[in-house]
Amino acid sequence: MHTRSLPARLCRDSRLEVPGACIGMAVAVLVWAAVCVAGPARADELKVGSKRFTESYILGEIVAQTAAREGAAVVHRRGMGNTAILFEALKAGGIDVYPDYTGTIARQMLRTDATDLETLNKGLSEFGLGVATKLGFNNTYALALPEETAQRLGITTVSGLSGHPDLRFGLGHEFMERNDGWPGLRQLYGLPHTPSGLDHGLAYEAIAAGQIDVMDIYATDAKISRYALRVLEDDLRYFPEYDAVLVYRLDVPQRFPRAWQAITGLRSRIDAKTMVAMNARAELDGVDFTGIAAGFLGGAATVNGRASTFLDKLAGPDFWRLTGQHLLLVFASLAAAVVVAIPLGVWAARSEAAGQVILSIVGLIQTIPALAMLVFLIPLLGRIGMVPALVALFLYSLLPVVRNTHSGLADIDPSLRESALALGLPATARLWRIELPLAARSILSGIKTSAVINVGTATIAAFIGAGGYGERLVTGLALNDHALLLAGAIPAAALALLVQWSFDLAERGVVADGLRQGQ
Amino acid sequence: MLAVENISKSFDDEAVLQPVSHVFREGETTAVVGPSGCGKTTLLRLLLGLLQTDTGAVKFGSEKLTRENAARLRLRVGYIIQQGGLFPHLTARENVSLMADYLGQSREVVSARIDELAALVHISADMLSRFPKNLSGGQRQRIALMRALMLDPPVLLMDEPLGALDPMIRFDLQHELKAIFARLNKTVVLVTHDMHEAAYFASEILLMRGGSLVQRGSLDALLDSPAEAFVTDFIRAQRADPRLAQQ
Repeated sequence: MHTRSLPARLCRDSRLEVPGACIGMAVAVLVWAAVCVAGPARADELKVGSKRFTESYILGEIVAQTAAREGAAVVHRRGMGNTAILFEALKAGGIDVYPDYTGTIARQMLRTDATDLETLNKGLSEFGLGVATKLGFNNTYALALPEETAQRLGITTVSGLSGHPDLRFGLGHEFMERNDGWPGLRQLYGLPHTPSGLDHGLAYEAIAAGQIDVMDIYATDAKISRYALRVLEDDLRYFPEYDAVLVYRLDVPQRFPRAWQAITGLRSRIDAKTMVAMNARAELDGVDFTGIAAGFLGGAATVNGRASTFLDKLAGPDFWRLTGQHLLLVFASLAAAVVVAIPLGVWAARSEAAGQVILSIVGLIQTIPALAMLVFLIPLLGRIGMVPALVALFLYSLLPVVRNTHSGLADIDPSLRESALALGLPATARLWRIELPLAARSILSGIKTSAVINVGTATIAAFIGAGGYGERLVTGLALNDHALLLAGAIPAAALALLVQWSFDLAERGVVADGLRQGQ
Repeated sequence: MLAVENISKSFDDEAVLQPVSHVFREGETTAVVGPSGCGKTTLLRLLLGLLQTDTGAVKFGSEKLTRENAARLRLRVGYIIQQGGLFPHLTARENVSLMADYLGQSREVVSARIDELAALVHISADMLSRFPKNLSGGQRQRIALMRALMLDPPVLLMDEPLGALDPMIRFDLQHELKAIFARLNKTVVLVTHDMHEAAYFASEILLMRGGSLVQRGSLDALLDSPAEAFVTDFIRAQRADPRLAQQ
């Protein structure tokens, strides 16, 4: 059978006719993905959030299980980005409650120094939020260095660091930026060092490998003793109190009276020793969060907590849900981007002035870091999860498609453009019958680029609870669990290859035979 | 039917065509000849409205060519350029039928017209199903001619249509084209730098230099009473006249 290309069909029938099978398959994939993601609708569920580190995962899980035991419908959105994202999500109602620390709330959210609950509640109430239930431990920030180095240099306090400007600091990204983090610390202690930023989960490895000398730690980190680190005394009392508390929306006690009562019953139940032990079970023994929380709450600790193998993690029960979410993220955002970007590219090619503006704007969007983009989008859209993630991916997908549409059209041989004109074809017909088909290869390669990049970028969606393979990466990073990292990275890489191949196949349908190499 | 009245064109204050007026002989072939950069291609592009004139007007009958009516008037003109200008994403047949399809002509009418033209320019059905990249240079120009003739326009504009062909093929095509033009009774404007070719095809030659029309007339008229020394020099340089070549 002699298959005719899509543009050729457009030419003949002068109406949009797209290969039905392709579209049908795409729709089926999206619907399936949406079903995987959405699941059955629930009336009102308590949405518990947690940050991207072990302790937060565990506390979030404890809160979630406590509520669930009271019969509440609960979802735990694990490992969401940073304080800013959680704060926005809480305000927008994307989550109802999550564990945080008084010092963080004071410095990060409210820009105040006072850390007592009364002050915090007063400040948070204007956002419809509150803080309650001191859990029983103070997880302060601190700086630490290897015991051996500390002894050799005779350093016991943070002040002691200022005399050793050659020490290499490796600090968590959030700590580097926080109001209660590095900038103020450096100023108060007059530290001359220039730190490099790295993920907190990786800092222990880095310090053990001798790549850095000083890192920031949380007082309840399980690895402090394992890696033989000396925690330096905050002799100028820079760091505030970081009592673990729950931040919640003020409507939660009313929406979930029984669950909330049970949750507030957690007050003073977790002391520092208990917390360090639970962190150690997660990070050193490889027990999963569900199991740890169940163990803490007692009773139905049915979960087998032992570490599973890489293959177990790869083919874990969440595999299809994550795959569905990832596909939805990649292709729904891409489809929307294509619909918008091709007309933009055509417009850019038509008018030089418009072209410069359009290409600058979509180029600029590309330079916005993914996390920053999400932090912008959450308050703008008033929600977390799939929607802001899709919007972010949509925005990132624009550039390759716009640019390739523009260059594909601009690179058309002027004599062909002129031939079309000379035949007497009006502008619209020239675009559909001549210019777009001639630019099809370039446009398709732009779409392919967007799709492949999207597969990678979609992993950030996990920061705001939109799921996808990023969920494994985020958790793996927090736990420094290499097997889990791979169990997220390998499917993502495989998906990227699959997408690439699919587009190479699709090229046969979309790019006219006469434009392809060979015959 | 086709005429220019006092048309001129400048690019960035540089005149590429001085004001020129001419009435093209209906049903005959006019050649526009001259060295590169003499303004002959500019003249042709102005005739099609691919460029806008600075002064004067191009007239199809009594109708002046404007931006608004250009697309419609172009349907009355067939246009052929050096490399054929065939669209690479369409087969030869699709190239030929493009406008007729767009205008909604019936499949039967289009098919019959293509058969007729294919016979005229000696193109086989097999060649019609090929993409331009799988045709030879001569075949491409034949297809381009079919495309130009598809709607049976009264005017044909050709810009060095045989310029890229090797001599043997060029020689054959010249013969065929001349016969076709004579048979179809088209008003043809042929732009070429080759005086031989101009003289072979055209009853009237417009000789141009540096954006100006130097002289118009038959080759004999140009030889017998040259308007200036350039006319004789140009013809002699091309050995286009046996009398001059012997001197």
